[in-house]
Amino acid sequence: MSRRVSRWALAVPLALTLAAGLSGCGSSDQAGSTASSPGSSGAGPTTLTVFAAASLTGTFTELGKTFEAAHPGTSVKFNFGSSATLAQQITQGAPADVFAAASPATMKTVTDASLAGTPTTFVRNKLQIAVPAGNPAKVDELKDLTDPKIKVALCAAQVPCGAAAVKALDAAGLKVTPVTYEQDVKATLTKVELGEVDAALVYTTDVLAAGDKVKGIAFPEADKAINDYPIAALSKAPAAELAEQFVELVLSPQGKDVLTKAGFQAP
Amino acid sequence: MTPTTTSTGRGGARRGPGPVGALAGRTPWVLVLPAVLGMAFLLLPLAGLLIKAPWPTLPERLAEPQVLEALRLSLVTATIATLVCLLLGVPLAWLLARVAFPGRRAVRALVTVPLVLPPVVGGVALLLVLGRRGLVGQWLDATFGVTLPFTTAGVVLAEAFVAMPFLVISVEGALRAADLRLEEAAATLGASRWTIFRRVTLPLVAPGVVAGAVLCWARALGEFGATITFAGNFPGRTQTMPLAVYLALETEPEAAIVLSLLLLAVSVIILASLRDKWVTSP
Repeated sequence: MSRRVSRWALAVPLALTLAAGLSGCGSSDQAGSTASSPGSSGAGPTTLTVFAAASLTGTFTELGKTFEAAHPGTSVKFNFGSSATLAQQITQGAPADVFAAASPATMKTVTDASLAGTPTTFVRNKLQIAVPAGNPAKVDELKDLTDPKIKVALCAAQVPCGAAAVKALDAAGLKVTPVTYEQDVKATLTKVELGEVDAALVYTTDVLAAGDKVKGIAFPEADKAINDYPIAALSKAPAAELAEQFVELVLSPQGKDVLTKAGFQAP
Repeated sequence: MTPTTTSTGRGGARRGPGPVGALAGRTPWVLVLPAVLGMAFLLLPLAGLLIKAPWPTLPERLAEPQVLEALRLSLVTATIATLVCLLLGVPLAWLLARVAFPGRRAVRALVTVPLVLPPVVGGVALLLVLGRRGLVGQWLDATFGVTLPFTTAGVVLAEAFVAMPFLVISVEGALRAADLRLEEAAATLGASRWTIFRRVTLPLVAPGVVAGAVLCWARALGEFGATITFAGNFPGRTQTMPLAVYLALETEPEAAIVLSLLLLAVSVIILASLRDKWVTSP
């Protein structure tokens, strides 16, 4: 910058940027914090930290509330994000108690580092073709996506939904050239919601969560690319006991009920 | 490189003597200590990248065609975005600094919005305006058959949107600090406002323009959120280095480090050579 920049020209954006930065810190602190709240009965930690795949946001938030109600005085904090990113955060020492991943591969990163016991598959998720409300490009089967006039968004092959899309398309013997390889399933779905693409391959649960803005079309090849979701209590969990109890809740009939209502399939 | 072509190159000579010299004496530790801490804070993460880099496999990773493609795309789009910013941003900065109009304060604050806005939100905002179903985009599609999302032009737009405030703030600051009397003298000699801008104002604020362009280019080069949201991610067309880094991080953190180092090295080399050329004082 020039040396004598006007005070205000610098101060205003600086202050605003700082404010934005600080609010950003606040939310991430919340996700990573495992400190037990002072004044509790003193029987171990009272905060459970769950790292879960972004596609579990709705269901796990609900299960977290159930858990808090069943264990008065405890609070459940979530860190939702891309499974691969979460796995990396855990291997880098992030203080988490439970990890629920959207693919066995991302869970393997954590188990390979001996940071979790044997994971349990708790749900499965199937791909659907998502189209904007009204289906402007008249897509009705997987083959339609090969039409170059139809704009398609796929998840990047590096993330679970992208890997599943590759598998499904391979199984169908189709080659689709999308206009974009999105970084996660929510970003892919956003492109459909805004009508920027005519179709995308996303999970059934995401289609359901998007409501009226998106229509889902099931296709037979999806059965060849079913995604297993593993869950495990972490071996270095600061709140080990609560972690086991939360995993039990997720695997219980009550947990199954919440998850299947959101479009997940039982394993 | 192109980002500085509008400056005259005479800016450096006007900077006067360097910071030392006349002000010899003991350096106050109150300033040195935080300065060293600040430097360490900025440089340590870089050291982390260098230490963790997979040096043995580095050459083969760099030789992958996708890597060079992403690098080329990054450099080209950041440069074009900087040119767009110069073309629109310098006049905007001039307007804010020299012309009193109602609502100037508000406009000045609004110009910095892209700085505050999380880039992903900026990308969504661009989609809502310039997307296929956006306010303006709808019309562009219907009239000219042009759609901007998922194109290289879309990458340039996203980068320019996020980077322009850096240029505007820098240039406006320089304009406000420049000696108005020189412009007034030119006016009394009969120069038109356009001539004054070209012959007096622009050379006067050239260092500010260069600094702003460099900031702007650097920001555009590192742009991630708005780009992936507005332009998507397709190798060779919209996948810039930061996008490639992000996706590599999902599966191969080592590859991500290599890509980051490459981007860093290239940008440092370019900025350093520009600095030698355009800014003569140390």
